[in-house]
Amino acid sequence: MVQNIIDVRNLSKSFDISSKEPGLKGTIKHFFRRQTKSLKVIKDISFEIKEGEIVGFLGANGAGKTTILKMLCGLIYPSEGSIFVSGYLPFRRKENFLKTITLIMGQKQQLIWDLPPIESFYLNASIYDLDKFEAKKRIKKLSEMLEIDEELFIPVRKLSLGQRMKSELLAALIHEPHILFLDEPTLGLDINAQINLRKFLQKYNKETNATICLTSHYMKDITSLCKRVICVHEGEISYDGKLDLLLKKLSPVKEILIVCRSEEDAIKLENSGFTVKNKIKNEITIKIENNSITSSLKTILNNFDIEDLFINEPPIDEVIGKVLIKKDYEI
Amino acid sequence: MNLRKYLKVYKKFLHTSLASELEYKSNILIDLITAILSLIGSIFLLSIFFQNNGYIGGWKFEQALIIQGIYTILNGITNTWFNPNLTEIVKHIREGTLDFVLLKPIDSQFFISLKKINPSGFLEIMLGFFLLLLCIRINQINLSLSFLTLSLITIICSICILYSLWFFISTTTIWFVKTWNAIEVLRSFLYIGRFPLNSFSFSLRVFFSIFIPIAFITTIPSEVFLGLSQLWKILLEVTVATIFLMTSRKFWLFALKFYSSASS
Repeated sequence: MVQNIIDVRNLSKSFDISSKEPGLKGTIKHFFRRQTKSLKVIKDISFEIKEGEIVGFLGANGAGKTTILKMLCGLIYPSEGSIFVSGYLPFRRKENFLKTITLIMGQKQQLIWDLPPIESFYLNASIYDLDKFEAKKRIKKLSEMLEIDEELFIPVRKLSLGQRMKSELLAALIHEPHILFLDEPTLGLDINAQINLRKFLQKYNKETNATICLTSHYMKDITSLCKRVICVHEGEISYDGKLDLLLKKLSPVKEILIVCRSEEDAIKLENSGFTVKNKIKNEITIKIENNSITSSLKTILNNFDIEDLFINEPPIDEVIGKVLIKKDYEI
Repeated sequence: MNLRKYLKVYKKFLHTSLASELEYKSNILIDLITAILSLIGSIFLLSIFFQNNGYIGGWKFEQALIIQGIYTILNGITNTWFNPNLTEIVKHIREGTLDFVLLKPIDSQFFISLKKINPSGFLEIMLGFFLLLLCIRINQINLSLSFLTLSLITIICSICILYSLWFFISTTTIWFVKTWNAIEVLRSFLYIGRFPLNSFSFSLRVFFSIFIPIAFITTIPSEVFLGLSQLWKILLEVTVATIFLMTSRKFWLFALKFYSSASS
C-alpha cells in the first residue's frame, strides 16, 4: 500500500494586513496610525498526498495556493493545525527534511545572474554535501533529461527564459529530492518550452517516483501532469479528487456538430428528440450527455444520412474557471 | 555543524563571487581608485583638524593615525563582506528570494552573511594594515607577542560588534521591509569612529559607548596599539562583542518565525 507522504490536518493561516484609505489624508493617517487586521487566508483545510502522486493546486489569484505550498515546504509557520511532510514538521526545517524537498518558483530565480549555470550547480552540490564526482554525474544525467548542454556554460543573464527555467530546474534537483513543490513553473514560457518542461516532469516522476505538488494558471500543465487536483477557493478546499471526474461533472454534455447530406435529413434529426442547440441549413448542433454519447451516435449514424460530424469539447479553461470563481460549486 | 562542509561551501562562495565580480573589470578598477582616494582624503581631513592644535582629546596626530588605520581595515571588511551581503538581506526579504536560502540544508545566517565578497575591499584592508605598520614605526611601538595577541583580539571583537549591529538592523527588515535608512545612519555613525572618542563631549562619549558602541570599534584597539588600554576595557570589549554576536543570532532565529515570504 502506498503511504501518505504529506498529511495536512485542520490547517489555517492568518496574516496581519494593513489597509490604507485613498488620498493624502489617508496616507498621513496610514503613516501615523496604521490599522491592521488579521486576515485568515487558509481556513481549516485537510488533505493527504501519497508518495509518487502529482497533485495540481487550482485556484484564482489570491486563493491561497502558494501559501499552502510555502507552509508545506516549511517557509511559513501555520497559525493552526498540523502538517507532516515525509514524517517531518516542515517549519522546523531540519537538515534531513530539506534534503528531501525542493521548491521551484517560476517568477523567482536562485541562479547566479552573472555566471554560467554550471557554477550555481556546483555551489548547490557543495551545500548538499555532494562530492565533485557525484555532482558531475547528476548534472550530466539531468542535463540529458532536460536537453541542455551548451547553455550550462553561458552566463545566466544571456540565456532565454526557457533555458533559464531548465537550468533552475537542474539547480533545484541536483540533490535528487523526493518531493517537488512547483509554483507556476511554466510562467512566461513559450509553448515548446512548456511542453518540454511537462515532459521532463513526467519523466522525473516516472523514474524517481517523486511526489509533485504543482500550482499553475496554465490548464495544460494541470491536465497533462495531474490526475488529482485540489481546488482552493478563498482559503478553503472546494474540490479534492480526480481531474477527469471533475471535468465530467462540470461539463456533463458534449456538443456535436452534424453535417447532414440534405436539409430534409437535418429537419428530421431536429425533430427526433435530441436537444438542439442550433441549425443552419444542413448543419445541426446537438447536445448529448457524456454517459450516452456512444449509443446516441450509433442511433444517429444508423437512422440518418450523415456526411460528417465533429465532437466539440468545451474549453477546459472555461470549465475549470467555474470552480475557481464559485465557492460552493456543486460537484 | 559539519565544519568540513562549511569550509567547502565557503570556498565555493569565494570562487563564485570573485568570478561574478571579475565579469565587470572597470567596476573593480573604479572601486580600487575610490579606496585609495578615500584614504588620502581621510588623512588630509585629519591633518587639517590637527593643524592648529597639536592634540585632540589627548591624542597626537601620529596616534590618531592608528585610529584611521583601524577604521580603514574595518571599512575594508565592511566593503568586502558586510556591504555586499547584509544589504542583500533587505532585497532577499522584499523580493521573497530568502525562500531559497531557508530551504537549503545550511545555516541561513552563514549563507546570507558570507555568500558574496567584493574583492576591491581587500585593497582597503591592505592599505589599513600598511598604515598601521607605518604608525608602529612612527610611534616607535615595540612589537611583542602580547601586543599582537591583544591587538588581534580587539580588532576581531570590533569586527564582531560591527557585524552584529549591521545584521541586527538588516534582520528588522522582516517586519519593516525597508531599512536602507537605518543602515545609512549606522554607516554615518561609523565615520565618527575615525576620531578619538575623547575628542567628543561627555554626553556623546556616553552615547557612542552605550547605544552605538563606536568607541569599542576603533578607540579600544587603537589604545591597545599605543599601550594605553587597561585590561578591564579589553575584557569589556570582548564581553560586548560576545553579547552582540549572540543577541544578533538569537534575534535572527526569532525573526524568521515572522517571515511571511513575498507574494508570488
